[in-house]
Amino acid sequence: MIALSLADAPLLGLPLVEIWYVVMFLTLAMFLWLDGSNFGIGVLFGLVDDENVEDTMLTAVAPLWDGTEVWLIVFGGAMFAVFPDVYAQLFSGYYLLMFMILGSLILRGVSPEFREQRHDERWQRLWGTLFVVGSTLAPFFLGMFAANWLVAAPGLFSVPGVVVGLAIVALSTVEGAAFTSMKLEERSETVVNYGYLAQGSYLLLAVLTVVYLYLFVDGMAAKILSPLAIALVLLTAVLGLAYIWMLRRGVALGAFVGSGVQTFGLVALVAYLLYPTIYPAGNLTATEAAVSTLGLNVMSIVLVIFLPLVLLYFAVLYSAFRGPARAGEGY
Amino acid sequence: MVDPVLASRLQFAWTTMVHIIFPTISMGLAPFLVYWTWKEVRGDGEVYARLRRFWAKIFGLTFVVGTVTGIVLEFEFGTNFAAYASAVGGIFGGPLATEGLMAFFLESTMLGIFLFGRDRVSDRMYLAAAFLTGLGSWLSAVWILIANSWMQVPRGYEMGTRAGQEVAVITDPVAAYLNPRFIWMFSHMQMAAVLSAALFIAGIAAYKLLQGSDEGQFWKKTMKVAVVAMLITAPFQAVQGDAYGRHVHETQPAKMAAIDALWETQAYAPEYLVAIPTNPNDLLSPRPDDMIRIGIPGGASFLATGGDPSEPLKGFEAFDFETPPFMLVFWSFRAMVGLGFWFIFLALWAGYRWRKGELFEDRLLQKAFVVSTGLGVLAVEFGWMVTEIGRQPWAIQGVLKVAEGVSPGLTGTEATITLVGFVLAYTALMAIWGYLGIRIVRSGPEPAGADATGSATAGDAGVTGE
Repeated sequence: MIALSLADAPLLGLPLVEIWYVVMFLTLAMFLWLDGSNFGIGVLFGLVDDENVEDTMLTAVAPLWDGTEVWLIVFGGAMFAVFPDVYAQLFSGYYLLMFMILGSLILRGVSPEFREQRHDERWQRLWGTLFVVGSTLAPFFLGMFAANWLVAAPGLFSVPGVVVGLAIVALSTVEGAAFTSMKLEERSETVVNYGYLAQGSYLLLAVLTVVYLYLFVDGMAAKILSPLAIALVLLTAVLGLAYIWMLRRGVALGAFVGSGVQTFGLVALVAYLLYPTIYPAGNLTATEAAVSTLGLNVMSIVLVIFLPLVLLYFAVLYSAFRGPARAGEGY
Repeated sequence: MVDPVLASRLQFAWTTMVHIIFPTISMGLAPFLVYWTWKEVRGDGEVYARLRRFWAKIFGLTFVVGTVTGIVLEFEFGTNFAAYASAVGGIFGGPLATEGLMAFFLESTMLGIFLFGRDRVSDRMYLAAAFLTGLGSWLSAVWILIANSWMQVPRGYEMGTRAGQEVAVITDPVAAYLNPRFIWMFSHMQMAAVLSAALFIAGIAAYKLLQGSDEGQFWKKTMKVAVVAMLITAPFQAVQGDAYGRHVHETQPAKMAAIDALWETQAYAPEYLVAIPTNPNDLLSPRPDDMIRIGIPGGASFLATGGDPSEPLKGFEAFDFETPPFMLVFWSFRAMVGLGFWFIFLALWAGYRWRKGELFEDRLLQKAFVVSTGLGVLAVEFGWMVTEIGRQPWAIQGVLKVAEGVSPGLTGTEATITLVGFVLAYTALMAIWGYLGIRIVRSGPEPAGADATGSATAGDAGVTGE
């Protein structure tokens, strides 16, 4: 009986397809912000020389990355459950790129754990290097993946793919520099300077991407000149300047939150440019790709129950580890 | 280059079979860790803090390898089985998304606190984190097994169209997700995980005791908890497994035929003890004339029906689809059952010695434990081979074949590249996990009297390990 009435109409008459389209991109944005800051820490790990800073970085990442990576899993899961055709065509369409992402995530995940298990220098250097490699390649391939998806790139490598890949590495570094600064007891000028550099690079690469889309991708020009898109680009630029100002003033938490808003702005821009299409290479709109009303209703109930709990788990986790990271914390 | 269909099958089989090692151990260790954390927080003695700390190291290492090998699986349905994902995503995707939201988030966030936050939260919060990490890992098994049981016994759907393709559309979520198979699978798998973890820690404890470790008390405590767990789970698996078999007979007769190597539909179907293929051209699914079978008349009928040897069982001739490589199913099943009886014997042997106060005097028993360290996990592998190969050629029993589910655009080159990559990468991961695990075991727990709150560094294994 319950099943029958759930099959008739969307819950409360809500536009569930659009809501799930937004939810899917929100999970991606959460991933690119929270796990992105861990990637950024991995990038910075390869750039700084100060052992104390390096230890702080690893201590900061250790309790977090396992949870933050789940945002990507849920992004995939939500897409599978609600837009299965997109899940199928996108991941099989960019087959090798997907496995390059997964391979980098494997490296990033195991390296810090393995590194801590032995204290000789060669072992630690090896896994430290692989940590940097995984943490740098994961956001790069993710950016390539997102850009290829948006512009329906036919192959593995495309110009926007490479530019957006670099942009996501820069954005992750922006987040990582802010997060590291939050975790350090003493300010590190090296980290802060890399934060400025990454922010500058990100703004440049973001502008390049938008210009490229405007000039070379069919159907994008009008949308890019729409008020919403212009507002998002301006917001990113303003937040970029605010980030530099806050890092300089030592307001690392503000810089971290600002970088998060930049991330959400970027993902919102991508989602806006795509919509109502959800998979351009297959000419598929979100409405066409969505599962039945009953399927959407069931998943919406699951979401309403568990999303608040998930946010609570993260509040508990981040507050348990708030404040400076104490090197050597563990089991 | 390997054919993309074959490469996708091999890759999925390989990645799942490697992955399941790690969650089996971490799900199985979870109840032990919750117990030790509870005793630690209650102040029942420093040994419990040391037990929790030592086994949390193994748990943490195992969990990490489980996470990274598992994330691949979430995406492999899309990369390699796109036609499958499109056709059944409307039903099969739901449990996977729910698994992420309800289980993965819970276990992975609380894990951070459990492994790294002993000094940062209160005792009560710490115990809660231990419990919730374990709960999350068990909930993830709930949802993945809901998804898998729907593949075995599909319910609550009808065929419809979406974007011009024929797809399974959900009609009754209760029937689809509270599938009759689920409770059989879940109880069997979770008990198997606890039993595997019990054998795993008992084997390690026995090894250390045989080595004459000066931490005798520590390892004896480990051994006793493990033996209690074995005495509960090993007999349970046999009784439950027998009833589970009858459920499979009723719902998946073709899988039963594979388990029993039955070609002919017959009353008094024999329970073959051995079936040996004799024709080298057809080793995995030999015709009746191409194998030597020795069996007990009526035995298979008797077991499948719970006591009626005259009940007819269906053989492969009754089904109009390809015969699966059933030799793998037949022998995996017998290996699993054989190991199961060995575990019962081992549990009873240990229980008997314990009752007589000689648990630690019997060196042969200790050696048997050492040999059995990884056998629980091996039995889990055999069990999953029965479940998954026994369903072939179907991905969704009776609805969609595996070969029809493979991504249409996938090339042999792409599929071969990733297959080779995963063989290398997962082999390396298993080897490093084993190597580091052995190092942790070699160096043993931190000495008594060390900081009891657990703020030692994650890498202490390396300090004393040389």
